[in-house]
Amino acid sequence: MFFMAILKSFLTPGFLIERNKERCIQCLVCVRQCANEVHYYDDEEGEVYSDEMKCVNCQRCVAMCPTRALAVRRTTNELRENANWTPEVIRSIYIQAETGGVLLTGMGNDRPYPVYWDHMLLNASQVTNPSIDPLREPMECKTLLGRKPASLVFENGRLKGKLPPQLELDVPVMFSAMSFGSISLNAIKSLALAARQEGTFFNTGEGGLHKDLYQYGDNCIVQVASGRFGVHVDYLEAGAAIEIKIGQGAKPGIGGHLPGEKVGKEISETRMIPQGTDALSPAPHHDIYSIEDLRQLIFSLKEATGYRKPVGVKIAAVHNVAAIASGIARAGADYIAIDGYRGGTGAAPLRIRDNVGIPVEFALAAVDTRLREEGIRNEVSLVVAGSIRNSADVVKAVALGADAVYIASAALLALGCHMCQKCYTGKCNWGIATQDPYLTRRLNPELGSQRAANLLRAWKHEIQEMLGGMGLNALESLRGNRLMLRGIGLTEKELKILGIKAAGE
Amino acid sequence: MKKVYPREEYCTGCGLCQVHCVTAHSPYKSNIVKAYKKTFPRPLPRVIVEEQRPVSFALQCRHCEDAPCIKACITGAMHRDQATGAVINDESRCVGCWTCILVCPYGAVARDERGKKVASKCDLCSGIHEVPACVAGCPNGALEYRAETESEA
Repeated sequence: MFFMAILKSFLTPGFLIERNKERCIQCLVCVRQCANEVHYYDDEEGEVYSDEMKCVNCQRCVAMCPTRALAVRRTTNELRENANWTPEVIRSIYIQAETGGVLLTGMGNDRPYPVYWDHMLLNASQVTNPSIDPLREPMECKTLLGRKPASLVFENGRLKGKLPPQLELDVPVMFSAMSFGSISLNAIKSLALAARQEGTFFNTGEGGLHKDLYQYGDNCIVQVASGRFGVHVDYLEAGAAIEIKIGQGAKPGIGGHLPGEKVGKEISETRMIPQGTDALSPAPHHDIYSIEDLRQLIFSLKEATGYRKPVGVKIAAVHNVAAIASGIARAGADYIAIDGYRGGTGAAPLRIRDNVGIPVEFALAAVDTRLREEGIRNEVSLVVAGSIRNSADVVKAVALGADAVYIASAALLALGCHMCQKCYTGKCNWGIATQDPYLTRRLNPELGSQRAANLLRAWKHEIQEMLGGMGLNALESLRGNRLMLRGIGLTEKELKILGIKAAGE
Repeated sequence: MKKVYPREEYCTGCGLCQVHCVTAHSPYKSNIVKAYKKTFPRPLPRVIVEEQRPVSFALQCRHCEDAPCIKACITGAMHRDQATGAVINDESRCVGCWTCILVCPYGAVARDERGKKVASKCDLCSGIHEVPACVAGCPNGALEYRAETESEA
């Protein structure tokens, strides 16, 4: 099994597994935990060996090894150095020469494009205005997502008329759309529990809402995507809001494909498709070819739910995103979710993921500016997604004009993901991106939900600290307050698009 | 009394409970490498991971109220610890007749023939730690140390 296929493939192992023999106790935990069957026990030698060819560097064995005997490293085998023909480029060609297929990948764009969050710096109060200590003074992080009226009319001291439906968030961070199918039910349960505990929302993605999850409906955004999987009136009624998915940052312009082998009984029931059939989401919605068509779907969904729930639209950040967002706002959406080019996915064509779309920082700035110029910013909330990595990214996003952010990659990292980018294989050793009952049990939702909730709470503390430092006592005061941002290492043009001054200005 | 209960739905079959059990019953209670490499004979794990994929769970002595092994023991080695209520095998008195293995309805007693022939079984870590080593070492919350629930009582 070890050396057989070598001459049939030009591929060489990507990683090197170092096993410290002085520490290895042959307990076989690594053997049992690797779904890729990298580690194996040789009875005759009485030793555990590893076949690196199969290793995806998910770090499961490393994390589980009770004696810290294992390390996965970059392979020491090196191709002749070439700045143009890098090892990744060459490996891709070998794979395609062998398979004749589209290269697949998982998670977000990993190319070394600039990260604009890291080119923006936040302000803080000094002398002339007091900073606030959030541990001693109230600090409001509450966020309301939804259409806001242009003006408020009061009668006898009370608001006249009704506000459009709003989503109330205790922390401006929501869990982004991940379908049952792309991730396991235990992963969704973890996020649902955490969302309920911390007063925010999770998103069903396009895979419908499993019957066990209806109890979390008050903290759920239900998605309506091009495949319309699992969409029925009870589903729409179950959620706190409805989201029409037009696009995804990891694969703008591309549909989805859940292979039939993942469509077992539970997914089949939830998605309302026969067991074992491929779940194909078309690239476009076949009933949406214009803003007017989108308006029809938005109002169909509002009509179906009695105008009691906000209806949002999620798009990928692409070149004319500002104009598109303006159209979506005018089509009647209550919020627009913009997913940047670093957004994650369970499976996407590699070349699409790495080359299509634009940074969400620019998209957000452009959309916020455009909506303000058109005087319709109040009519729609903005949610940004696509690699929000920490609380500073959240604060910067809010200062750039976002109402809230979506996190998915960060949420999965909290559940144990180690970014091996092999979600599409269905062999996730952390029990997240898999439907194999032997693997999904590795994620205990009781433990997972605590980790996800801890992450939200930690970020909330940090957001409050940063706000306090700026002398603000409410997130609302930061929203769209780009004077709190300064650019570093950015060109004039980039500063102009972001609408911020350079550091020192 | 408090016992260890497996939660089959979260057992990953990794076997770390066994590693921690062996370590806890070796002279090197805080060093897994030494427990495995310097203890001769190495203690047997007293928790057994049963697996038929995708299902697995960690099985150990149920410390039965009316324990057949205590009744069957020909030397009186198998006894109930009066303080904890746990069923304990006094290995110095055990002669390795395997009668306890024969009568155990759970298959939770194993033969240990590495040194003197003795029956090997869970002793709930003899109450040394607050929580038995297998429970503390389970990475996924698949073992619980708790009192019987009403439905099980």
